[in-house]
Amino acid sequence: MSLVASSSRHISGQRPLLQRLAMASEPYLYVAPALILIVAVMLVPLVLGLSYAFRDVRLLNPFSGGFVGLDHFRVLASDVAFARALKNTLLWAGASVSLQFTFGLILALLLDRPFRGRAIAQALVFLPWAVPSFLSGLNWAWMFNPVVGPLPHWAFALGLTSAPTNLLSDPTMAMWGPIIANVWWGIPFFAITLLAALQAIPRDLYEAASIDGANAVQRFLSITLPFLAPTIAITVLLRTVWIANFADLIIVMTNGGPADRTQIVASYIFTQAFRRLDFGYASAIAVVLLVLLMTYSLLIVLLRQSLLRRA
Amino acid sequence: MRKRQIASTVAHRTAIVLYIAVALFPLYWLLKVSVTPNDLLYTEGVRLWPSRTGFEHYIFVLKHSDFPRFFANSLIVSGATAIIVTVLAATAGYALSRFTFRGKYWIVALMLLTQMFPLVMLVAPIFKMLSPLGLTNSLTGLVIVYVAFNVPFATFLMQSFFDGIPKELEEAAMIDGATRFRAFRQIILPLTLPGIAATLGFVFTAAWSELLFALMLISSTAASTFPVGLLSFVSKFSVDFGQMMAAGVMALIPACLFFLLIQRYLVQGLTAGAVKG
Repeated sequence: MSLVASSSRHISGQRPLLQRLAMASEPYLYVAPALILIVAVMLVPLVLGLSYAFRDVRLLNPFSGGFVGLDHFRVLASDVAFARALKNTLLWAGASVSLQFTFGLILALLLDRPFRGRAIAQALVFLPWAVPSFLSGLNWAWMFNPVVGPLPHWAFALGLTSAPTNLLSDPTMAMWGPIIANVWWGIPFFAITLLAALQAIPRDLYEAASIDGANAVQRFLSITLPFLAPTIAITVLLRTVWIANFADLIIVMTNGGPADRTQIVASYIFTQAFRRLDFGYASAIAVVLLVLLMTYSLLIVLLRQSLLRRA
Repeated sequence: MRKRQIASTVAHRTAIVLYIAVALFPLYWLLKVSVTPNDLLYTEGVRLWPSRTGFEHYIFVLKHSDFPRFFANSLIVSGATAIIVTVLAATAGYALSRFTFRGKYWIVALMLLTQMFPLVMLVAPIFKMLSPLGLTNSLTGLVIVYVAFNVPFATFLMQSFFDGIPKELEEAAMIDGATRFRAFRQIILPLTLPGIAATLGFVFTAAWSELLFALMLISSTAASTFPVGLLSFVSKFSVDFGQMMAAGVMALIPACLFFLLIQRYLVQGLTAGAVKG
């Protein structure tokens, strides 16, 4: 009975004040719990952390905590290790994301097509993603180890290397060790997200396009890609930022070595914070990283909006 | 035409098999090392299967280490985090998908911001904030931190799932007299089950793998999660890879089981059927 009553009121547009208030506050109620937590556990410590960048904060020094202005940034400007870490971060994030995305998209398209045993195949190819990140780091370090791992011997047999050596101790190539581990580990993330987006595309569209004589490539370009574009944009944006900050694999596999050749900015921050316990300097590096990542993200958001406007 | 179809099928299956092989080989290797006796580990390192296998690494890890406790701690932390995050992300994601309201832009901007800054930055301030509250060395403290870290991405994920469901579904229900919350619960949520499963899976795995904050916030063995435990295990027993990998295989089990359970939801179409039916 009450349902019928409220429905007639809805149609006539005469709701009591209280109900209108409840309706106006509804979205806020839905968002509030998540929002409060984010502010308390991320925003407040972030502001606190920002202040560390301008202070002398060393964990083991009880006399630290004083304001030092831009001192940390002056040291940072002439820090050679930091400059190298910046360059390494570009390679690390760029290579990891583009390879993960490419193989992830291919995998999503392969799995979007029905076939016998698809459920099992899907479970198996997505499995690496269930592997804890640092465990996959250990696992790959083991695989690259010529004493017990198979990879150096395979590379040698294929003539790729002149001797079965450890990729991780080769200064010019070491960065590719963590990248390979990262790609292996991260492909399922892109595949799952893209597959979900693919399956949300109404099948009727493909049928209609087929009837109109569109071939597979045309269907991909004019239906699949435009539908996926927003998902791709936001996934790549979030993932690039995430991977640029992702130090677990590098810490586990190379610890930044040999000779800082695999040090990325995030692992450099980690080194400063946990080895030297210098939270002030670490926070200053983090601020620089933050500014760079925000600039990047802004560019992607603008790109996404222009994509959406066109679609 | 028929020939092309067969060729395309063969290429498709070959590609799938290749993906499976690449995905599984390192895990196979992990398993292989964990059952290789120590005396064969270095002499038969590159063989695909050792000439003799044994479970002594597993027995050692189960009987002479704190690993069972680390395992339970990780299970509690990851499970609680996954459930809480999914509930919060479902409501928040729904609001972002369906409502236009004042401040929405800023909320989205804030959530995007949280995805951008290096979490390493938060280690010290969070430690200093949680310490006086007695939330360091506590699983509760870890859950609070993990929930906050995972909510923004999970919200965007849920929002994209809600965006894929036609608005007309709950509009129809509301014209029929249901409140929006009831329409959300009874019509939209069941349709989003694959999305909810995916979110649960993402968050559980993320919490299960987290290393940095667990290391910083937990120092006692009693409250150690699996990653912290494994790292202390590594330092305590030098570099005994056999035992380490045995421990690793055991830690893989819940993550993989959980994953295999939810993966069937990923197979289902998200809106197919709902709109047509």
